[in-house]
Amino acid sequence: MNILKLSLRMLARDWRAGELRVLVFALVIAVGGMTTVGFFADRVQVALSRQGNQLLGADLIIFSDHPLAPHYAEEAKRRGLSISTAIKFPSMTAKGEESLLTEIKAVTEGYPLRGELRISEDFSNGTPPAERVTHIANRIPSPGTAWVDEKLMIGFSLKRGDRIEVGSSRFAVDALITQEPDYSIGFLNLRPRVLINEADLAATGLIQQGSRIGYRLLVSGDSGDVEEFRKWAEQRLMLGEKIEGIRDARPEIRSALERAEKFLSLTALASVVLAAAAAALAVRRFTQRHLDGCAVMRCLGASQDAMLRLYLYHFLTLGFVASSLGCLLGFVAQQVLTYWLSGLVEAELPWPTVWPGVHGVLTGTVLLLGFALPPLLGLRSVPALRVMRRDIGMPPQGLAGYGLGLGVLALLFLWKAGDLRLGASVIGGFIVAIAVFGVLGFLLMRMLAHIRNQAGGAWRYGLASIRRRAAASVLQAVALGLGLMALLALTLIRDDLLRNWQTSLPPDAPNHFLVNIQEDQLESLTAFFKERGMQLPKVFPMVRGRLTEINGKAIASENYADIRAKRLVEREFNLSWASEMQSDNQIVKGRWWKPEDPGEEEISLEEDIAKTIGIHVGDTLTYDIAGSVFSAKVTSLRKVNWDSFRVNFFVVTPPGVLEQYPASYVTSFYLPSTHVELTNQLVKEFPNLLVLDVAAILTQVQRMIEQVTKAVEFVFLFTLLAGVAVLYAAIVSTQDERIQEAAIFRTLGARRKQLARAWAAEFAILGGLAGFFAAAGASALGYVVAEYALNLTYTFNSWIWLIGIGAGAAGVTLAGLLGTRAALSTPPLMTLRRI
Amino acid sequence: MILLTDISRVFHMGDQGVRALDGVDLEIDTGEYVSIMGPSGSGKSTLLNVIGLLDQPDGGRYELDGKDVTDLSEIEKARVRREKIGFVFQSFHLVPRLTAAENIELPLILEGIPPAERKSRVDEALRGFNLQDRAAHRPSELSGGQRQRVAIARATILRPTALLADEPTGNLDHRIGAEVMVLLEGLHEAGTTLIVVTHDRELGARAQRHIAMLDGKIVSDERQGKFPGGNSLA
Repeated sequence: MNILKLSLRMLARDWRAGELRVLVFALVIAVGGMTTVGFFADRVQVALSRQGNQLLGADLIIFSDHPLAPHYAEEAKRRGLSISTAIKFPSMTAKGEESLLTEIKAVTEGYPLRGELRISEDFSNGTPPAERVTHIANRIPSPGTAWVDEKLMIGFSLKRGDRIEVGSSRFAVDALITQEPDYSIGFLNLRPRVLINEADLAATGLIQQGSRIGYRLLVSGDSGDVEEFRKWAEQRLMLGEKIEGIRDARPEIRSALERAEKFLSLTALASVVLAAAAAALAVRRFTQRHLDGCAVMRCLGASQDAMLRLYLYHFLTLGFVASSLGCLLGFVAQQVLTYWLSGLVEAELPWPTVWPGVHGVLTGTVLLLGFALPPLLGLRSVPALRVMRRDIGMPPQGLAGYGLGLGVLALLFLWKAGDLRLGASVIGGFIVAIAVFGVLGFLLMRMLAHIRNQAGGAWRYGLASIRRRAAASVLQAVALGLGLMALLALTLIRDDLLRNWQTSLPPDAPNHFLVNIQEDQLESLTAFFKERGMQLPKVFPMVRGRLTEINGKAIASENYADIRAKRLVEREFNLSWASEMQSDNQIVKGRWWKPEDPGEEEISLEEDIAKTIGIHVGDTLTYDIAGSVFSAKVTSLRKVNWDSFRVNFFVVTPPGVLEQYPASYVTSFYLPSTHVELTNQLVKEFPNLLVLDVAAILTQVQRMIEQVTKAVEFVFLFTLLAGVAVLYAAIVSTQDERIQEAAIFRTLGARRKQLARAWAAEFAILGGLAGFFAAAGASALGYVVAEYALNLTYTFNSWIWLIGIGAGAAGVTLAGLLGTRAALSTPPLMTLRRI
Repeated sequence: MILLTDISRVFHMGDQGVRALDGVDLEIDTGEYVSIMGPSGSGKSTLLNVIGLLDQPDGGRYELDGKDVTDLSEIEKARVRREKIGFVFQSFHLVPRLTAAENIELPLILEGIPPAERKSRVDEALRGFNLQDRAAHRPSELSGGQRQRVAIARATILRPTALLADEPTGNLDHRIGAEVMVLLEGLHEAGTTLIVVTHDRELGARAQRHIAMLDGKIVSDERQGKFPGGNSLA
C-alpha cells in the first residue's frame, strides 16, 4: 500500500514535470487511433450489415410454404421487434386481352422494414430508369390499388390509373416500383412484379389449397434482440420453414461483406503495431530518465521487488488512464469525423457498441505493460553504484528485450484479426520483418562507418551520430520502419483490394439475365439479336434437380446443424454442363474433365457449397431430376468468383450427361441503359422469356462498396496519426542526449546552423533507413496477405520504394528538426550546469 | 564494526585492468570518525562503495558487525544498506520529483513503517535539521545547504550505525560546508560511525582517524595526528 501511494505520487509528479507527456501522448494517440478505428469499424460493420439487410428488406425473414403460426409474430412483438408480413406467389395478371405471368406480393403496413421502396408516378415509356422522378414510398398500396414494376408497365403499356386483373379482383395501377429492397436476383423472382395490399388478397380467390405460396414474416430491430429472436425461432422451425438473415443471403453479397470485415480488421491491426512502436520508444526514454532515481532508491535499501512494484503500479495506472483518455479521444474523433463525413457516408451510422472502448483500454494497458515490463525488470536491477558512477546503467536490452511486448502484440493480432490465418500471416510478416530489419540495420551501420570518411561535413557528422548510437538507431529505424510499413502495406493492400473489387465489377458487368429460354427458341433468339447488330451471348443449359443422396445415403435437412446447409439440401439445384471451365472459376481440388472424354458421369461442385453440405471429391451424388434419378461422382471442386455477376452454377457436368433431361437455357449480358427498348421487344416477342434487370442490384452492391472504400480511407487517416505519434516518440527519445550534445558542441564553438544541418543529415539517414525497411516489409507483407489471406492477385509496386524512402527521409527530417528546436535553443551554460 | 581483509577491486578500461583497490585491510570500530583521503583515482571512493555495499569486491572478505557480507545477494544487500548504512553524497542525490519531506520519508516507506509513525519521524527529522519551513519544497527550490541537510536527514532517518559521506561539502561554499560538517559530527557524537571521503585536507583533519590512499592501497592510517605527506596532495 505504501509503495502504491508512493508510486501514484511519483506518477502525478512525473506527469506535472512533463516526464510522461511523450508516453501518454503516444499511448493516447495510438489507443485513440485504434479505438477510432474500433468505434468507426463497429459502426460501419453494423451499418454494412444493415445495408446488406436493405437487400433483404428486413434484418431477418422467416420464410414458409404454409401460413406461419402466429407465435413467431407474437414473440417478435413481445421482444419489441418491428414486424411486417409479405405473401408472394406467381399468378397470371391480365390487362384486357393480354396476360402475363407475374409475381404477386401482398404486404402489410410497415413493409419494408429495412431499405427503401421507391416508386414513381411517371409512367412515360422509354424513360431511362435513372432519369425517372422517384420518391420513397412511405406507405404500401391502398386497398384496391396495385403498384407494378417496369417490366409489367412495358409489357402492358400501362399508364397510371389503368386497371389490371389479378385473380377475381381488379386493381387500379397507382405507381411504378423503381426500387424494391427484397427483390433478389434469385431465379425464382424473374417475373414482372405486382405489389398489392394484403387486405385485398382474400378477394382475389388465389389463396387455395395447392397454390404455390410463399409466406414471409419480416423482422427488424436491435441486432442483439434480432439475434436472440433468431435463436428462439430456430428452435421452433417446422418443415418448410426457414430463417434468412443477411449472412444467409446471396453469396456475392456475403463474400463482399466478409472481405470488408477482413480489411477493417487489418486496418485496426496497423494501429496496434504503431501503438507498440510508440510505446516501446517512449518507455525506453522513461527508463533512461529514471535510472538515477532508481539508483538512489536502491542505495537507500529498496529491494528489487519494491522497485518492480513501484514501477508496475506506475505503468498499470498510466496505461489505464492514458488508454481511457485514448478511448475518449477515439470516441470523440470518430463522432466528429462521422459528422464531417455524414454527406459521404450515405447510410446513417448506428451508435457503436461499448466493446471497442473496452478493447481499447485493455489493449493499451496490456500493450504498454508488454513493452514496459522488460525495461522495468532492468530498471529494478539498476546497480546502486550508479549514484557514484553515472556511466553504469541498465544492462543492454536490444530487440530481445521486447520479446514480451511482441508476444502480447502477436496475441492481439490473432484476437483483432479474428481469423487465425490472416492473423498468423500478418504476425509472420512482422516477425520476419523485425528479424530482417535488425540484421539489415546492423549491416547498414557497418557499411555507413566506411562511407563516413568520404562524406562531407554535415553528412559525416550525421553518419557518425547514427553509428555512435548504433543500437538506438537500429531500434528507432525498426520502430519507425514498422510504423511506415503498416501505413504502406495498408495503402498497397487497400489499392489492391479496391482494384480487385473494381475489376470484379467492371462497367460492362452483365446487368441482364435472360432466363427460361427454351431449346426451340435459341434459333429465333439468335436471329433477334442479329437483327439488332448484336451477337447472342453465350447461353448455358440448365436442368433443375434436388439432391437426394450422397454416396447412396439419403440426405435430410434435419441432419444438418448449419442453417445454410439445411436450406441448400431443401432447395432445387440448377445443374448445367460445359466442356470448358469458365474463366472466373478455379479448380481447388480434383481435375476438370478433358474435352475429349465427354459423357462421363462426373460432377464439378462449387467449393463453398461442398464444404457446407460436407461433400468431398470422390463422393457420388444422386439427384432427382423431374422424377428421374441421376447419379454422378464428384471429380473436382471449384472456387467461383460470384462477384463477376456472370452466370455460374453450383453443379456442372461434362456434356452428354444431362442432355436427356428437360432443360432450359440462361444467359447474361450487358445492356447499356440507352438500349432499354431491347428488353421491351424481347418481352413482347418471347412472352415466356424472363428478362432480369440486375442493374438495380449492381447499383446497390456498388454503392455498398463505395461506402466501404470511404470508411477505409477515413480509418486510414487515423492510422497515419498514430504513425506521427511513433515519429514523435522516436525523436523525443533522443532529446536528452541532443541537449547535452548541443551544449558541448556550442561551447566548443559550433554554430546553431551547423548543428541543425548535422542533425538534419542524421534524421534524413535515419528516416531513409526506416523508409527502406518499410518499403521492403510492406511489399512482402502485401504479397503474403493479398495472395494468401484475401485471395487477390498481388502486383508489386515499385513506386513504394521511392515513396517509402523519400517520405521516410523527408518526414523524419522535418519532424526531427521541429522536435529538436528546444534542444538547439537551450543555452549551453544551463545544460552544462545540469550535467 | 567494519572489518575489511585483503579487499581488491579491478576495473577493466578497454584492454587494461586498473586496480582500484589492491589488498586493502581495514578495521573501523563502531562510533569512530574516519576520514579517507587521497588524490583522484587513489581508490578512496571505491573503498567507500565497497563499505557501503554498493560495489562488489573482486577478492577479499568484508565483515560488518561480525557478519560476513562479502557475497550477500542483492536482496540481502539492500536490507543491510537500509538497516545499517546511511549515505551522504556530494551531489545530494535527492529524488527531484519528491518534496523535502517525501525524500526524507522514502527510506521509511521502503522499510514498511506505518504512515502515522512515518509522519512523526519525518516531522522530528525536519525539526532536527531545521527544515520545517522547507518540508513541502522540491529539491530544485532548495539551496545547496538545505539540500544536503535533507540528504543527511534522509540518510539518518532509519538510524544507521554507519554514515558514509562522499565529499559531503564538495558542492557547498565554505560557510555552509562547515555547517554541514557540524551536523554530521553531531550525529557522530550521538554514536554513529562516520566515514568521510574527501579531497579537502582541512575537512579530513577534523576526523579522529585519518586514512590516506594511493593507487588502491592504504598508505597511512593515523589517529588524531596530522596528515602525513600532505605536500604531495593537491
